[in-house]
Amino acid sequence: MNGNIWVLASADSVAIATTLILAALGALFTERAGVLNLGIEGILLTSAISSFLAADSSGSIWLGLIVGSLVGALLAGIHAVLSVVLRANQIVAGLALVIFGTGLANFLGKPAEGKTVTTIIKPLSFGPLSDIPLIGPIVFRQDPITYASIVIAIVSSLYLFRSRPGLELRATGDDPATVDAQGLSVASIRIRYTLFGGLLVGLGGSWLMLAQSAAWHQAATTNGVGWIALALVVFAGWRPMRLIFGAILFGFTLQLPFTLQAEQITFIPSALMQMLPYLATLIALIALSRPSTRNKLGAPKSLGIPFVRDER
Amino acid sequence: MKKMWKLAALATTASLLVAACGSSSSSSDTTAAPAAAATDVKVAVVYLGVPDDKGWTYQHEQGILDLEKNLGITVKRVENVADNADSEKTFEQLASEGYNLIYATSFGYGAPMANVAAKHPDVCFQWATGAKFLLTKDGGGAFTDFAALPANLGTYFGAAEEARYLSGMAAGKATKNNKLGYVAAFPIPEVLRGINAFTLGAQSVNPKATVQVAWTKTWFDPTIEKQAAESLLDAGADVLGQHQDTTAAGVAAEAKGAKWVGYNSDVKEAAPAAWLTAPTWNWGPYYTKTTKTVADGTCPADEYYGSMADGLVTLASFGDSVDADTQTAINAKAEEIKAGTFAPFTGPITDQDGKEILKAGEKAEIGQLLSMSFFVKGVIGSAKG
Repeated sequence: MNGNIWVLASADSVAIATTLILAALGALFTERAGVLNLGIEGILLTSAISSFLAADSSGSIWLGLIVGSLVGALLAGIHAVLSVVLRANQIVAGLALVIFGTGLANFLGKPAEGKTVTTIIKPLSFGPLSDIPLIGPIVFRQDPITYASIVIAIVSSLYLFRSRPGLELRATGDDPATVDAQGLSVASIRIRYTLFGGLLVGLGGSWLMLAQSAAWHQAATTNGVGWIALALVVFAGWRPMRLIFGAILFGFTLQLPFTLQAEQITFIPSALMQMLPYLATLIALIALSRPSTRNKLGAPKSLGIPFVRDER
Repeated sequence: MKKMWKLAALATTASLLVAACGSSSSSSDTTAAPAAAATDVKVAVVYLGVPDDKGWTYQHEQGILDLEKNLGITVKRVENVADNADSEKTFEQLASEGYNLIYATSFGYGAPMANVAAKHPDVCFQWATGAKFLLTKDGGGAFTDFAALPANLGTYFGAAEEARYLSGMAAGKATKNNKLGYVAAFPIPEVLRGINAFTLGAQSVNPKATVQVAWTKTWFDPTIEKQAAESLLDAGADVLGQHQDTTAAGVAAEAKGAKWVGYNSDVKEAAPAAWLTAPTWNWGPYYTKTTKTVADGTCPADEYYGSMADGLVTLASFGDSVDADTQTAINAKAEEIKAGTFAPFTGPITDQDGKEILKAGEKAEIGQLLSMSFFVKGVIGSAKG
């Protein structure tokens, strides 16, 4: 039973979902504050290579995770300055960040090319629990960061919808003028959550590097996961709990083409299957870039709009 | 005031873009300086990726380093050149800068290179993994026939299937449940040949061995390669082979306690416990010999197909789990291949459906090898991808 390919494919899907959950949560916090950061893919790549270099030179996975996360926050800081302080067009700034992050990562990655992380993050084992039919492989054979990502998502949901600062965050994204009238600084809140979002994206990129791919292969390392994460936020309606299930579903569709091949199910061309997550991403990004459609989907009402007090 | 902020934002965004473009593509700028050697040949090599990838480009770089050492010359490298129509600019530039021998290491460089070769008859072009047939009308190319092809264009490649067969023997011995998996890029003759040779090698030591194939439709994508590898392991495979340019399948095998046959380079350190061996390339002698020939005034325009016998194709070192008996058997077979007394594609060979392809004792001809489009019996999967 536990050797069943579908059970194992489901377990792989939960693992693959880790980066998606963390990166999408990062985007969610940023967007809930009203800032649209399309630069997730660039941040993922730069934090991935940073975590590789830190882990490789120190021999410590944990230092790799910390450095990768901080680099994520640092890059998000560039976006915060451009979009909150300088009030630049957020779509253009985000796209610039993707290109900058990719170039920076390739530059930093020069010494890492062809190298493999020697100590990767390994799945935990819970003894007999890991051998329970069906749920054993799926629930009790994941690595610490995979568990952490789901816990962070649950806590994020409570924070957003059950706490005072969560209320302030949502208000900043929906109606910054009211937050401003309350005597809170919109700019400060937006910068803080953009940085925090970058931190989560950075953690996701580090996990991708240190658990999933284990070797640096330039832009192919992330393979568009940052874009899928942006789409995921749209499909989850900016809600962390829905995002968990969405991420696992996306993880499953990423794994599915190969599972179908292994099962000799060939009536659907595998190239078509591989295209599906990106097709969904394309649709979501179109929705995201049109204010009228994104409001219908439940987006924060001031998403992507710089807050200017004297224009009220 | 507001306008100034906007200007500043625009300027910052623009400078980010410029900075990014500046660092995303790089080429090492060493001009070829004809050294002490009695040769006025100026050599350039065009790479698809970067010389440190521990894969396809890395192996070529080793060969180029060899060439530099042997002839005392400096070779210009151009890295990260996409193998599409855009590469024509790169070849044109190199030719006009006075490089008179240009190597290009990817299949997709063929047509652009042939165009530039026609315009610069004094420059010698060499196309790795190429096939001149594909440049002619019949093969979908722009030239009317072979006679119309530029005389200053040659191709070079080799019989990786020989080393694949040997690596299959190691895999066939290593499996405990007779289920092998193979992560493969594209369903083209080169890859099908490799899968078939791997399978025949495995079956030569383990008649029950089967090889399940997962197509990734990419040469270089660690994420997809790893997912494909994991699906094969999930399906029960306990040894993986690959025709891919990264070590992702090895990482997947290592994590699940399976074994792994790599490709291109000797990279045991990527997955030390999983490592069995790998088919690899040794381009140094070819580069040295060809460059000498060009320096002496001739541009080889033939289609060079190297082998284990001439040392172009080799097998990497064995992993710790490959026992002495297996190593001896593989080494003995390697000697037979080098001596020409054994070829991997020797009958009886039947395809997946049981149709006879080669009669007992019959050897495949080079044409059959280069146009292979079927899977041998024992391969699970579709040869159409």
